Amino acid sequence: MKKKKRVASSIGMGFLVLFFYAPIIYTIIFSFNDSKSLTHFAGFSLRWYEKMFGDRTMMEAVFYTIITAVLATVISTVVGTITAIGLSKSRKVVKTIVSQINDLPIMNPEIVTAIGLLMLYSATHIKKGFITMLLAHIMFCTPYVILSIIPKLRTLDENLADAAMDLGATPWQALIKVIVPQVKPGIVSGALIAFTMSFDDFVISYFVTGNGVSNISILVYTMSKRVNPSINALSTLIIVIISIFLLIGNVVPALTKKKPVSAVD
Amino acid sequence: MKQFRKMTYPYVVWIAIMIVLPMLLIMFYAFTKQGNSVMQFSFTVENFVRFVSDTVFLEVLGRSLRVALITTVICIIIGYPAAYYIAKCSEGLKMKWVLIITFPTWINMLVRTYAWIGILQDDGVINSLLGVFGIGPISMLHTEFAVVLGMVYNFIPFMILQIYTSLTKMDNSLIEAAQDLGANGFKCFTKVTLPLSLPGVISGITLVFLPAVSSFCIPKLLGGGQYVLVGNVIESQFLTSGDWNFGSAISLIMAIIIMISLYVTKKIDTTDVSERSAT
Repeated sequence: MKKKKRVASSIGMGFLVLFFYAPIIYTIIFSFNDSKSLTHFAGFSLRWYEKMFGDRTMMEAVFYTIITAVLATVISTVVGTITAIGLSKSRKVVKTIVSQINDLPIMNPEIVTAIGLLMLYSATHIKKGFITMLLAHIMFCTPYVILSIIPKLRTLDENLADAAMDLGATPWQALIKVIVPQVKPGIVSGALIAFTMSFDDFVISYFVTGNGVSNISILVYTMSKRVNPSINALSTLIIVIISIFLLIGNVVPALTKKKPVSAVD
Repeated sequence: MKQFRKMTYPYVVWIAIMIVLPMLLIMFYAFTKQGNSVMQFSFTVENFVRFVSDTVFLEVLGRSLRVALITTVICIIIGYPAAYYIAKCSEGLKMKWVLIITFPTWINMLVRTYAWIGILQDDGVINSLLGVFGIGPISMLHTEFAVVLGMVYNFIPFMILQIYTSLTKMDNSLIEAAQDLGANGFKCFTKVTLPLSLPGVISGITLVFLPAVSSFCIPKLLGGGQYVLVGNVIESQFLTSGDWNFGSAISLIMAIIIMISLYVTKKIDTTDVSERSAT
């Protein structure tokens, strides 16, 4: 009886994995399709890859996506870290108000955040383009960074920075040499979330960009109106890049990390 | 430690401009009517009245809520057993499963949704398979089925991970205790495991329901041009018809619905916990 149950649930999980990965495999297969069809495979070819690499708008979109994600991650991580540490020492009123507002972009539907920014940009007459997109990305990434650092700060001994300064460290040194290393896991996970949020973003970018600047999501959205298999080639490229990243991220720590996990967990 | 307090100031200014001001702008636009010049405006609730009195818009809102609800229910029905299965695996397998579940979420949502267009087409893989058994072709693309499928596909990993986390946090000795006290497997599950994993289910619901209600690219890609949800209405108000006042009003209505549902789920969650600790 128990064995039967196990087999049944394994089959169920098999279907789930199929459901998760069928579209991904489908995309990869059809990126090598020789015909324009999305449903019939007419033989192996690399023509969609050629077309993709030759397509300036596609390459530009890839470039903008990466540069925005990198810049937004770096800036939001730095700002988020500074703010989170500052908040942990602030008065309760400030703490509550800032974290309430900080939660807004996370709680609000993305489209509401997006139109809010759209109206802000038009009210201030800022021309929509790369800068507006980057500012928007920093705006919605930073809350996640702050949220992932605050729990780590909470477990930190409050006297740690005081102790460092008693021993002659300047506030800056106490910050960089004592507090930041202690909350590093939170900073790293915050940066990772920020990067994926920015890399994947569609809704907000779609509303706040302009002037020919678009990212991969916007490109797929606008291109999907007609059949265009170079989207599959681009998707495959993204899938491969992300697989490599994840492989590095999961294999390397497993090989190097033998340190005991911090007492917090 | 007061010297560190200053470190929040730049961010306070930043959120005032980038978060608070846009929200105020939405409210302002929602309650005003466009005058002839920029500085001319008059306060009105016309935008809201227009939304509530127009059956087309109410229908769209109802459809959005229905689709989001169906999506959430399916995510729980599929997600809970999956999370339970993973939580019962050995440590090494658990990590592998979590990786398998999270990997697709790393890939761009638009890219993954786009892939379904080919699969669901009338001469696509599913219909070819059905054709072997003499069924079909069933047109699936540009139906509500396709939209729900796309949403489940995109959002179910969040549900699984939330439930999985709450299941692994659970103290296993509680189940042993229940068994010692004579509970059978079913009773053990309904009286111990399920209530303790409820917080995970609830946070899973918020992570699925909220993006599902407001999503506008999934209905556009898989539902076709005719299939309109609230998100699509807002999009068209802002990007094609240019009626920002009405668009803001719809956004505000949606934001309020979502805030209320968040509040309610939070409330359910906390009362549940206090009840549990009380008994």
